[in-house]
This record gives sequence, C-alpha cells and structure tokens, in this order.
Amino acid sequence: MLTNQASFKRDGVQDFVTVRATAIIMTAFTFYMLWFFLSTPTVTYEIWHDLFSSLAMKVFTFAALLSIMMHIRIGFWQVLTDYVKAPGIRAVVQFFINLVAFSYVAVGLFVLWGL
Amino acid sequence: MQLSFSVYRYNPDVDNAPRMQDYTLEVEEGQDMMVLDALIALKEKDPTLSFRRSCREGVCGSDGMNMNGKNGLACITPLSTFGNKKIIVRPLPGMPVVRDLVVDLTQFYTQYEKIKPFLINDNNQPPAREFLQSPEEREKLDGLYECILCACCSSSCPSFWWNPDKFIGPAGLLHAYRFLADTRDTATEERLSDLDDAFSVFRCHGIMNCVSVCPKGLNPTKAIGHIKSLLLQRAV
Repeated sequence: MLTNQASFKRDGVQDFVTVRATAIIMTAFTFYMLWFFLSTPTVTYEIWHDLFSSLAMKVFTFAALLSIMMHIRIGFWQVLTDYVKAPGIRAVVQFFINLVAFSYVAVGLFVLWGL
Repeated sequence: MQLSFSVYRYNPDVDNAPRMQDYTLEVEEGQDMMVLDALIALKEKDPTLSFRRSCREGVCGSDGMNMNGKNGLACITPLSTFGNKKIIVRPLPGMPVVRDLVVDLTQFYTQYEKIKPFLINDNNQPPAREFLQSPEEREKLDGLYECILCACCSSSCPSFWWNPDKFIGPAGLLHAYRFLADTRDTATEERLSDLDDAFSVFRCHGIMNCVSVCPKGLNPTKAIGHIKSLLLQRAV
C-alpha cells in the first residue's frame, strides 16, 4: 500500500515521524539564524546576501521552508479534525491553509533564486 | 462545620438545560469524609439527586466524576482535599449526561471493545494447567492490569472529547498495551494492525491529563508511548 505525504488519507506513523523530523529542521534553522544575528554586530545587505549565497544555506533554507509546509499540513489537519466537524468547511479551510503554506515555500524559493 | 456544594443537575425528561444546584452539609468539626459519603448524605435530603456508586472503596470505578475541576473517584476523594472551598461536582466531561452525575459510557466501552481486551493465544496445544510466565515477564504487566475502567482518564483527554468515535482513549490504550506486553498473547501483529491509523493511537499528543487524574496512579501516556514505539518499529 502506497502512503505518502501527498495522499489525502493520513498515516499515523508517517505523520508522527514527519512532524518530529520537520520540527528538528525548523529548530536547527531558528537557532542558526539566532546565532547569526547574535554573532553579527551589524547586519548589512552584503552580509545578509553572502549568508544566503552559499549553496549549503540555500539547501538549509529550502529544507526549513519545506519543513514548515509539511508541519503546517499535518498540524492543521490534526487541529481542524478536532475542531471543525463539517467536512466541507474543513476541506475549504485546509485548502486555504495549505495554499498559504505552499506560498511561503514558493516565495522563499524565488527569494533564494533571486539572490 | 458547614460545607457548601454546587452540584450539576440535569434531568433530560424534565429540564430544558442543565443547572448547578447549591447544597449545604453539616459536618462535625475535625471530621473528614469522602465526597461520595457527602453525596449520599445530600441524596438523603434530596432523593432526586442521581449518581453511580457501588463498592465505595475505589475498586469498581463507578463513581468517577469531576470535583472542583479534576476528575476522580468520589469514594476515595476526601472532602479535606478541597479545604474550606465550595465543592463543585460535575459529571465526567465530554460524556453525554444521562442524568445529573450519571454519564453515558457507551463510546468509552465501544473504544475499549475495539482493542480486544482479552488474551489471544493461537497455540494449538495449550498447557494442561496454565500459561506460565517468569517473574520478569509478569512484571511487564505491572502498572497496566490495575486499570478499573472508571473513565476518569479518557474523559479528561481533549483528544477523546473531540474524537470519541476514532481515538481509543487513554484507558483503552493502557489495556491495549497490557495485552501487547503480555508474553502469553500471540496476536501482537493483529493488535498493532488494528491500531495503525491516524486516530486510534496517534491522536494522543502526550498532554498527560490522564496521568494527572488516574485514581490508581497509573501512567497511560507511558503505555501509549510504548505502543507508538511498537508501531514505529513495525513501519521502519
């Protein structure tokens, strides 16, 4: 049986692992950025540009953006199945939340490619 | 000493909506008693007050209710727990109310039934007298078999409130692990397959309300963690 993150039917084990794995990536990214701001006395455009110019940082940022999208997808599905009992309304709300989550990834990618 | 009570009252045959009714009870200075004893005394004054009770010593699990915001068994909860505060007694949260403090536990038992709460052993040649276990194997059941199904845990769990038809709940899952951990049980794969979905186990987010309220001092969250580990090991 093929179950993956794209399927509509959720898989408990896969969601459990994905939520934790994405949380680790998001936490790592947050701490890295925190370290960057704390260790950089003045953040100029050049420094900011250099930070995101390296391939490793682009991959790291892309991974963080994807993690946010996947985390949102699973987290909001769980919250909405708790609180929104009407399937039609839930489907619409989920659609818009997933659209917003995808937009973050898309905008993030354009920014990264633009650098 | 006069103690004040506020008790949830609802008789669907008569009342349009639930209400809280105030009572007072005279208790001798320095005397303590259990909430159940107080409720029985109140019932003598007002026979219409309804609640379940049986063993009155924390074994049968009949008198689970919400006392000053926390679920527990009325028969083993002393009034002194609440000091001089007004004692607010409500039915177990999240369960349909049959009358006053009596709740409908159908959904709770339906979930319990799902986990097949009995030993399954497909050994064609069962031992003549009994299945023997080593003390170490038997020890694995400690902290699991003691559950009396009072429903205090499941009715304190928000995941069970929102999904009582899909989430097994802490009590059911504690029992599920009791059989998964039992070396005499041979249906581990079947039991795990039954639990392997997005709701049955994984709706537990580990907030540990169940641990906080269990009148027997059990730890359903730990048992659920073990089930999650077993499901995880099975998947990878």
